[in-house]
Amino acid sequence: MKFSPTLYVLLMILFASASFFIITKINQKKKQFASKYPNLSRSERLERMKQERLEFAQAKKEMRKAIKIKKQEWKEEDKRNDEIARANVLALKAEVEESKAVFEKVKAEYFADKENPELEALYLDTMKKHDRLCQKLRIEKDRISLIRRIERWSKRGGRLRRELFIKRQYYYLVTPYALLFVIFTVIPVAMSLILSFTYFNLLEFPTWVGWENYMRLFVDDKVFIIAIRNTLILAIITGPLSYLSAFVFAWLINELRPRLRAFMTLIFYAPSISGNVYLVWKLIFSSDMYGYANAFLLNYNFIDEPILWLQNPKYIIWIIMLVQLWLSLGVSFLAFIAGLQSVNRELYEAGAIDGIKNRWQELWFITLPQMKSQLMFGAVMQITSSLAIAEVATQLAGFPSIEYAGHTIITHLMDYGSLRMEMGYASSIATILFFMMIGANLLVRKVLRRVGS
Amino acid sequence: MAREKMRIDDDSLREQILSKADIKRARRQEKKLKKFGIRDESKMGKVERFFYLQQKKRRIKRKKRISRSLGGDIALFIVLALFGSFSAYPLIYTIFAAFKPLNELFIYPPRLFVQNPTLDNFTDLIMLMEESWVPFSRYFFNTIFITLAGTVGHVLIASMAAYPLAKHKFPGSKLLFALVVYSLMFAPQVTATPSYIIFSTIGLIDSPWAIIIPAFSSSLGLYLMKQFMSDIPMELIESAKIDGANEFQIYWRVVMPLVKPAWLTLIILLFQRLWNNDGGTYIYSEQLKPLSYALHQIVNAGVGRAGTASAVILIMMIVPISVFILSQTQIIETMAHSGMK
Repeated sequence: MKFSPTLYVLLMILFASASFFIITKINQKKKQFASKYPNLSRSERLERMKQERLEFAQAKKEMRKAIKIKKQEWKEEDKRNDEIARANVLALKAEVEESKAVFEKVKAEYFADKENPELEALYLDTMKKHDRLCQKLRIEKDRISLIRRIERWSKRGGRLRRELFIKRQYYYLVTPYALLFVIFTVIPVAMSLILSFTYFNLLEFPTWVGWENYMRLFVDDKVFIIAIRNTLILAIITGPLSYLSAFVFAWLINELRPRLRAFMTLIFYAPSISGNVYLVWKLIFSSDMYGYANAFLLNYNFIDEPILWLQNPKYIIWIIMLVQLWLSLGVSFLAFIAGLQSVNRELYEAGAIDGIKNRWQELWFITLPQMKSQLMFGAVMQITSSLAIAEVATQLAGFPSIEYAGHTIITHLMDYGSLRMEMGYASSIATILFFMMIGANLLVRKVLRRVGS
Repeated sequence: MAREKMRIDDDSLREQILSKADIKRARRQEKKLKKFGIRDESKMGKVERFFYLQQKKRRIKRKKRISRSLGGDIALFIVLALFGSFSAYPLIYTIFAAFKPLNELFIYPPRLFVQNPTLDNFTDLIMLMEESWVPFSRYFFNTIFITLAGTVGHVLIASMAAYPLAKHKFPGSKLLFALVVYSLMFAPQVTATPSYIIFSTIGLIDSPWAIIIPAFSSSLGLYLMKQFMSDIPMELIESAKIDGANEFQIYWRVVMPLVKPAWLTLIILLFQRLWNNDGGTYIYSEQLKPLSYALHQIVNAGVGRAGTASAVILIMMIVPISVFILSQTQIIETMAHSGMK
């Protein structure tokens, strides 16, 4: 790692913020003290402060000493107890083996002659004794087991430690998910933040290059500017439009009868669920006269010769947009349908009495305020998916597309990440996209939160 | 009730007392009751009653709606029909194209409906399967394996984590859930590059597990599951605890049967994602590639394979759609809980 000026600036910023933090802390303490002793003069107060600090330090020292002594005591006590328990276990083990032999013998006798009441009584008696011994052994074994030791440790610390122990079962349940989530989501995000400041080609160890990747992105890389432009056009048009259409269709469908509603839900939701069916659009917009779009236009004499839909940069982005809109009634659409169904119906009746005349008023005054949380969820899903348009673009327009007309940030990322193997550069693209997505989401959430109030 | 009455009356009596119209009315009544499913609440167990009351709430909601005009209804119908046909057109086209003979696929002007339906495309597909270097059934197997393993693992792991997050508080629970909500806000493609590095260090590259294992930790599934679980009454969990169940037993025996709609939702969401996964950069051996990849190959082969391509598209499309049809009401029930603050 070279000592570059950017690193120097970063260190300076770190140092400045740390010192600022400390100074504000000290000022805070001074103010606290002033409110505590309002009658004293400044010098007296300072002296008092010093004295108290010293007392506090002394107390802390003593406390630490006491804790050390206590810990030592505990350690010895534990050792003693463990030894006793271990000896007990050994003794009990021997006893259990003895009683087991006796028990087996009695058992064999009893099974040979089941009619004899004396033998039966003896058998039951020995069985009871044996069971009791076994239980004793189990208890002693438990006393020296790992979990008891951890429990002992948990009792001798702060509140957090105890809580962690008591609620350990929840952690057992959460751990598999949390582990995978950290490995495949949290660490990659952090890694991409760090790697974006390096040059990394998977073979050599990454070298620190500072802001160079970002500079290259915005100054040298003209394709990236095209990609950003395309992504923003696609997102700004498809995002709100798909969000609105998801809501409007959900709302319209909600007026239908249950059977018809289920059918219409299927029709609108099917495109997003059936995945690769959007390849059909490739046939519909094929550039010869057998394509449906061309055939339709030719048939009604709108055009004289077939249009090269997917080869002409003028049309590509609009076709991608159309297909994306067709695909976009996804999870948020279902959430809206469900939200509309769970709106309290009594409110509609109450509203009708209060003078609501048509469905528009009903929508605005009753339905929308009740669906706020679903609207929020839908917005998050829709923003994320509209900023991440890539697969449709690569499948329809090819990769790379003609004059980069279907090039989005994600296809640019794939280009550098998995074809050219410039991992550092790809990470800087990913970082920019990451902040764009999170920023757009937080912004929209803030706006939506304000709408109802 | 109506049924009991009819059973008690013997046939001759019924003929005398009840006219045909009466019987019809009684049958209709019976059907309605059956549909509504009114049962005795006091005889039910706790779990059953919880479900029953939820169902009842949902059913009772369906009342006639007020403040509607006829013109509005007609406009609504027209709009829905228009956009519905736009949405359904490519799907219908696919279904018909799969049964078109080659001369009908390239006819001018092209027709939507098929004139002489054949199964030629499917037989061609089978022929292609036998000829190709990697047997086609291998692609099928890969996709089915990835989808099944990923979905089952995801439902288990996500619901296991969702239960304590929804019903209990413990240090770190809020942080984990906040991270999950934030991860909903960016697309998984963002982390593609570092993920590749992580996979190659773990040694998962070029194996189906590179797609299956990350699918386990999909955040949307956990989010929906958690939101759905937070509506389970706490008394159920507490009574199970008093009966001596540990947390895993509560999760498996009490909570899991209650959240069946949520599992179905997770299944459909992940199913569709994995079913259409084409392996991307993580799998490069030909014999490990999933079906979606083969489909892209066939579609890109151009005119000659147009019929076969539509046959494959039809197969790829039908599976997720039929899963959705089977579980639609349950999924919508889950989505009612999806709200975000």
